Amino acid sequence: MRIVFEKRESVSRRATVLVPVVSFVVSLIFGAILLAVSGANPFVTYAAMVKGAVGSWYGITETLVKAIPLMLTGLAVSIAFRMRFWNIGAEGQLTLGGVAAAGVALYWSQGLPGWTVLPLAILAGIVAGALWAGIPAVLKAYLKVDETLTTLMLNYVAILYSEHLYYIAWRAPGYNSGTAKFPETAWLPQIAGRANVGLIFAIILAILLWLVFKYTRWGFELKIIGENQTAARYLGINIARNIVLALLLSGALSGLAGACEVLGLSRRLQQGLSVGYGYTAIIVAWMAQLNPIVILFVAILMAALLVGGDQIQMKMRLPASVGLVLQGMILIPMLAGTIFTEYRIRIVRPEKHAQPEVTS
Amino acid sequence: MIEALLLLTQILTITLRAGTSLIYAAVGEIYTERSGILNLGLEGMMLTGAVTAFATAFYTGSPWLGVLVAMGIGMIMAAIHAFLTVTMRANQVVSGLSITLFGTGLASFLGERLGPASNNGNLVGMVGPRFGPLEIPVLSQVPLVGALFKQDILTYLLYALVPLAVYYLYKTRNGLNLRAVGEDPQTADAMGIDVTRTRYLYTILGGMLAGFGGAHLSLAYAPGWTENITGGRGWIAIALVIFAMWDPARAVLGAILFGGINAVQFRLQASGTTIPAAYLNMLPYLMTILVLVIMTWWENLSHRIGAPAALGKAYMREEK
Repeated sequence: MRIVFEKRESVSRRATVLVPVVSFVVSLIFGAILLAVSGANPFVTYAAMVKGAVGSWYGITETLVKAIPLMLTGLAVSIAFRMRFWNIGAEGQLTLGGVAAAGVALYWSQGLPGWTVLPLAILAGIVAGALWAGIPAVLKAYLKVDETLTTLMLNYVAILYSEHLYYIAWRAPGYNSGTAKFPETAWLPQIAGRANVGLIFAIILAILLWLVFKYTRWGFELKIIGENQTAARYLGINIARNIVLALLLSGALSGLAGACEVLGLSRRLQQGLSVGYGYTAIIVAWMAQLNPIVILFVAILMAALLVGGDQIQMKMRLPASVGLVLQGMILIPMLAGTIFTEYRIRIVRPEKHAQPEVTS
Repeated sequence: MIEALLLLTQILTITLRAGTSLIYAAVGEIYTERSGILNLGLEGMMLTGAVTAFATAFYTGSPWLGVLVAMGIGMIMAAIHAFLTVTMRANQVVSGLSITLFGTGLASFLGERLGPASNNGNLVGMVGPRFGPLEIPVLSQVPLVGALFKQDILTYLLYALVPLAVYYLYKTRNGLNLRAVGEDPQTADAMGIDVTRTRYLYTILGGMLAGFGGAHLSLAYAPGWTENITGGRGWIAIALVIFAMWDPARAVLGAILFGGINAVQFRLQASGTTIPAAYLNMLPYLMTILVLVIMTWWENLSHRIGAPAALGKAYMREEK
């Protein structure tokens, strides 16, 4: 008897929905085991996480606060992942977007009419993120340099640069770290608790991307490049140009996420801009199977895990990183399960050998 | 003149120490990739290895036990990667990334949970047993070459491991089989080599060495546990594999290059340079990008491809 994978004629819809859900449950079970082994009651911990994340208006709005950068960066990496360009540099693109927005808010705001400061700061964040993603894109498109490593290395560079700015170069007098508070003309309005207008940007962008992926030629081109580069070339698709374009857009969204973080939340450049949203974005995008609308909801779920983690740290003195462990674990069963969407399992029994005829 | 020699020897000593974890991880990754499996989980394996090694040594008093546990953890995580990519045919990039994300979260959780109650369960700032430098008499006093003989025992082990890794890969039957699986799994399969078994074996071996490298960081190099102790070394090791054109001996050269940057960084900071520390700290990452660009450009020019032909591709026998 042996097990054989057979390719399905079409992708199984049921498996597409079921696999992420089952994966989440599996990750919760693994997490519970880890908690129990480390001497914490998993049920009490999970209950406290849920209560902390969605049990109050404050919790819900804080979940949205963390969901905004996850939505934007999740959408950002999904554009690149669609063409199997492994942009794991969303973290650095977000950081540099925040830096550029902060630069405009701090140093350009004086001479300009008040109403132009905020749009200019956001634009600066978008452009900075796009250009930062553009570097590995150009290297990949025209020199074929491996993008996983270049995008990742640039994260470290961007984060170190931002640290240099808020610890030394841009530090406000009298503070150990952090810049001065931005002038109010550069504040991105908050709409629910501390959740800012970035939420609306994310929803609009998700809908736009969904339309682009589904109905435009460009969306189709990205998909073909991701699925089969040879076919893309035969169809006359300019792969290099598409890599650069897609990555500029991807970086722009991450840059926007960074701009929203500093303009709408901290309103100064300080420690805590780079907290790993750009990495969690990978989980968000993959779990949502790159569907922009689904990304919004998965981002909220991941944000809830982070807020829940913070809550149990405050209330139960458990490490907040429980949330990170649960997030990190989700993709593992999910990857194991993805095969079921494209393949079905068949158990092959060895054929019974014809019984030798017994003659009597 | 003598002072310059002494300084250079000192820099070389730090270079080797800084390069050790990179060599372990890179040699392991070379073996894994030679079998056709790309393992981007290195960073997560090194981190988890580092934290578990330190915790084990802290409580048992035995750094060797710490190394063993780190190797075991690396093997388990690599086995998961092998299961996902070989058996379940998951995308190797995404699988590796998810192992790194999981390992990063897990290491940070363990670091905040495994410490003594008196420190709120935190391992950061604890002092445990470590592998100190063992100076070999006479030899360690020789200028320049002496740097080779002022190291900790884990670095000394490399002097045996690297030649062995080179010999095994190029001169033994098993090494030939391994290379065959990474270059052309169909043919290897037809020759009677078990592709699945080979890929599992060398992926797990790679994870073991990554865990070993992580243990070196927390037991000898740092020593101690700090959050994100690897600082991207797992990723730099993957870049080193490309730099080394999948050859273990050349990986040592690359690791010395990167260790050297670390050492120069230390020297400059100690001498009170006016260059901001952040810019100095960027050097290894910028250097990695530069090395990748040069290597890729050179490969394009010379039409030489160093990567195993089947790297990153799942092998499906049924579809042939």
